[in-house]
Amino acid sequence: MLNTLLEAFSLLSRLDSQVVAIVWLSFKVALATVTLATLIGLPFGALVAVASFPGRGAVTVFLNAMMGLPSVVVGVIVYLILSRSGPFGDMGLLYSPTAMVMAQTVLVVPLIAALTRQIVEDAWRTYATEFRSMHFSLRHSVAALLYDCRYSLVVAVLAGAGRSLSEVGAVMIVGGNIEGYTRVMTTAIALETAKGDLPLSLALGMVLLTLVLLLNTGAYHLRLWAMRKYG
Amino acid sequence: MANFFRQLIIFFCAMLLGGFAQAEESIVVSSTTSTEQSGLFGYILPRFEAKTGIKVKVVALGTGQALDTGRRGDADVVFVHDRPAEDKFVAEGWGVDRRDVMYNDFVIVGPKADASKVKGTNDVVEGFRRMAAGSAPFVSRGDKSGTNSAELRFWKDANIDPKAWADYKEAGAGMGPTLNMAAAMGGYTLSDRGTWLSFKNRQDLEIVLAGDKRLFNPYGVMLVNPAKHPHVKKEAGMKFIDWITSRDGQETIAAYKINGEQLFFPSAKN
Repeated sequence: MLNTLLEAFSLLSRLDSQVVAIVWLSFKVALATVTLATLIGLPFGALVAVASFPGRGAVTVFLNAMMGLPSVVVGVIVYLILSRSGPFGDMGLLYSPTAMVMAQTVLVVPLIAALTRQIVEDAWRTYATEFRSMHFSLRHSVAALLYDCRYSLVVAVLAGAGRSLSEVGAVMIVGGNIEGYTRVMTTAIALETAKGDLPLSLALGMVLLTLVLLLNTGAYHLRLWAMRKYG
Repeated sequence: MANFFRQLIIFFCAMLLGGFAQAEESIVVSSTTSTEQSGLFGYILPRFEAKTGIKVKVVALGTGQALDTGRRGDADVVFVHDRPAEDKFVAEGWGVDRRDVMYNDFVIVGPKADASKVKGTNDVVEGFRRMAAGSAPFVSRGDKSGTNSAELRFWKDANIDPKAWADYKEAGAGMGPTLNMAAAMGGYTLSDRGTWLSFKNRQDLEIVLAGDKRLFNPYGVMLVNPAKHPHVKKEAGMKFIDWITSRDGQETIAAYKINGEQLFFPSAKN
């Protein structure tokens, strides 16, 4: 165990260009996923929190349940949809980073939407009477609440980013772990473990962990700074 | 602020599209974990790519899955090692122009102490009988791969039903994870020599039986039938098949060595 760890550190000290490319792709896929999922998940989550419609409770339960959606299941479904024999086969998207972003977006949207719903609903309780007396439209209420909760919502987005970066089941199936094209950190770790190269997979794992930590540190400080500035 | 966000989003989209766009021609080859995990593709593909400018995207699966990927039309070329399954694939019209590429052999790998005394024989079927009679577990791929089918053929030849045996563990995984399991359990397994040679986490494992003619492990390559799947990149795919069976391709395969040991032996008829 200790030897493996030491070897992993020495590997880290000479990260080659291939590893850098893998890290970069992971980052790009996560960024695209989170951007898309945020654009869909935030308004949707807020809408569920604010609007009153029949079946709202069911939608809430469904969203919360979908936070635990197994990534392999999403992988298989997106695979079947994008496969040449599937409904969107002629787009030829299978085994591409685009397919990986699509699968991960399906995974991350419910996560961001469910967290957003919770955060916005709590704020809505405070403001509901006020907004009603001001005759705010639904759109206005959603926009105002999202803006008001923006610092808390960072957590929802970060949770999405974390899931996207650490997920392996879906990207393995729809991306195919193709070297130099769809190999990301998690699939590379799975491959190196399969090859019995435990030090290398541990080294890659440490890079992944560092990246996630850096991301969260950055977000934390950005939030502190913004709160100080805009109070 | 809104303007800033809009610019940010446009920037992201442009970056992603630019980053993901692939200018060069490419083909998808669905192949086996043994060719990928042994490092063979990493060695031979750069040479092909430099010669033709065609990027080869390898999706490494078990042979059964690799053939299914071809059946669904998600690959242009299939490169696997299970002759009966390959012949069926071609006979059903899913693949065309199947050619021999190379071979290596399977080896039985087990703990050094060799509690089941497999080392005492050179007969693979006898080896399987001894493993079944012994107390150490046998770890099977259990994933419909080429190695898995070969293993099941040996059990059949030995008239043994492994599933009736409590120490028969089906990993449902690639060769590497299966070796990891065998190492951890002190058990036996059947491996292709290529993956074994490049496998690093051997712990107490070593080859206990090799060299029987029946352990021959041939690899074949074929194009997914463009008549069934019109989007198959026929020309680029055939270029790959032609190259890998050409003298240059065959010499490149023969030149791949780990610790001075050759992993695959060319066998194309040209």
